[in-house]
Amino acid sequence: MEFIKELWQFLKVRKKFWLLPLIIVLLFFALIIVFTAGSAIAPFIYTIF
Amino acid sequence: MGKAVLGISAFYHDSAAALIQDGKIIAAAQEERFTRKKHDDGFPANAIQYCLKEAGIDANSLECVVFYDKPFIKFERLLETYHAFAPKGLISFINAIPVWLKDKLFMKSVVQKQLKLIGLTSKIPILFTEHHLSHAASAFFPSPFDEAAILTIDGVGEWTTTAISHGKGNQITILKELHFPHSIGLLYSAFTYYCGFRVNSGEYKLMGLAPYGIPGSERVENFRKLIYEHLVDVRPDGSLLLNMKYFNFATGLTMCNDSKWAKLFGIPRRSEESEITQPYMDMALAIQLVTDEIVLKLAATAKQLCGCKNLVMAGGVALNCVSNGKIYEKGIFEKIWIQPAAGDAGGALGAALAAWYQYLDHERVADPDDSMQGAYLGPSFSDHEIRKLIQRSDIPNRYFPDFDDLAKHTAELINSGKVIGWFQGRMEFGPRALGNRSIIGDARNPEMQKKMNLKIKFRESFRPFAPAILEEDIAEFCPYNTKSPYMLLVMPVLAGRCHKLPADFNFGDIYSRLYFERSDVPAITHIDYSARVQTVSKSTNERFWKVISEFKKLTGYGIVINTSYNVRGEPIVGTPSDAFRCFMNTEIDYLVLNNFVFDKTELDYLKDEFAKNYQFSAD
Repeated sequence: MEFIKELWQFLKVRKKFWLLPLIIVLLFFALIIVFTAGSAIAPFIYTIF
Repeated sequence: MGKAVLGISAFYHDSAAALIQDGKIIAAAQEERFTRKKHDDGFPANAIQYCLKEAGIDANSLECVVFYDKPFIKFERLLETYHAFAPKGLISFINAIPVWLKDKLFMKSVVQKQLKLIGLTSKIPILFTEHHLSHAASAFFPSPFDEAAILTIDGVGEWTTTAISHGKGNQITILKELHFPHSIGLLYSAFTYYCGFRVNSGEYKLMGLAPYGIPGSERVENFRKLIYEHLVDVRPDGSLLLNMKYFNFATGLTMCNDSKWAKLFGIPRRSEESEITQPYMDMALAIQLVTDEIVLKLAATAKQLCGCKNLVMAGGVALNCVSNGKIYEKGIFEKIWIQPAAGDAGGALGAALAAWYQYLDHERVADPDDSMQGAYLGPSFSDHEIRKLIQRSDIPNRYFPDFDDLAKHTAELINSGKVIGWFQGRMEFGPRALGNRSIIGDARNPEMQKKMNLKIKFRESFRPFAPAILEEDIAEFCPYNTKSPYMLLVMPVLAGRCHKLPADFNFGDIYSRLYFERSDVPAITHIDYSARVQTVSKSTNERFWKVISEFKKLTGYGIVINTSYNVRGEPIVGTPSDAFRCFMNTEIDYLVLNNFVFDKTELDYLKDEFAKNYQFSAD
């Protein structure tokens, strides 16, 4: 939660809202990597990143 | 117990920790010295534990912890760069992003988690300073000046590659910045790469190679012209624009576009460990000259913007002591002070100092001798600890209860052509050994450079050695009447000491030039009659000063060779046992550990035992 708050503050201060979609997509992939580590789709994820 | 602030640099190159308490620098050390992994970029857990131990506190007593750059802004630079160059850079993107998503973006929790492992139980503030503010703080706050212009130059921090700032009292104001990808540091690193050395560690080799280029030759002038015409557009204020068609570092996995450079310069990229031929020496000289010119312009701009009589410097490029010497020679500023840990390791110290003065707003009183304490900020070892090492393997040694006797004995050994491993007191912070973790020898001995390079350091024979000169004797060896306590200024050797070069000197190969006796102190006189001087004062390192003084009494020369105590690829020794292992695996003749002296001729039977696992990959 603290991370999201800080990330939002960063985007606000730096006026870089256009980076938000990119960061969301990347964080989404990060979450998938974390939650699927060791699962059947992990090899698929690792070939992307 | 006073308030303490811990600074950390980590996860890029050369991790380090530094601790200040009540404004005093208590301890600072690089992680590589503990893990024995050169330029270790991991979390500096060992360095932090050492700093806390030295201060006599635990992690819970810290007022705050400061990380030396801002990861979010760095990530912003990464994304914007990939966006700007897309679809180029996909492979580099795929390599870089997972590390960011796993760790670097969540630096706060990573630092918290790591600190918990070393005993932090409460929650303490974790702050982040800007990379160039960390460098600027490491340069200004420990300096002897109340007010100074600050020049910080490196590869890249978040966005900034070069900054001019103004320091006054306890505040630093950033005045001008140059942003990525336009970077002097990265330009120099591109040439380091092209000349066959490793980026981030081989830059000083390129600097050492430059004097072998033939000054004023057609090729050097042509290379220089090509650099200005095709690679970099330098403006009168020292700001620059790189022609990104020729560079690959923004999105690729190499520094430059090899085929375009080969076409431009007419020579292919030199492969590592292959013979160094004249064109690469000329290339090294050309980029050194260009770097000197840019740095001089930046210094002039800093003077103009700040109107100060003093200059302080930090950042990786501030380790280019040839350029530093040029600034001194030009006389743009009355006094120059350079942070001895000018690279990223020093960022840990700068981060802690920036928080102490700028964020916590503590009063600053400049120490007229500087507050770096000679950069002797690392661990020291007692005679008792050394005795334990000796007793474990029953190692023959000689103990000198009186240091004056030891100084005399060591001076006699140096005078008889012996090479000494010299291990005393607290370890140095930064890349230079300044007389506490040093290998020392006779600068007058013409064979010494070859012996030390090939049989002791196992490194390239062209590399020069630096002299440690008694501070009061500097005028006897160099025309500059200034202190250089941190070995960060290259100065000419006094003309009266230099021997005239033969007319065909520049036509000989590298070895005939290298082994030509250039002065009466040939081992420290580089091929262009220059020397990277360290001045040794009695007040900052009495023991080292005494040895050189005793050597002077014997020979009339208050000067010795001082090189770092390590072999190629190995971090400088940290502990007595590191020193002993290095001693046993090289042709160092004697080892002096505090007041204990070890003679190699008595230790042959131990050689196999200490040779185990003593291998370092070439840097």
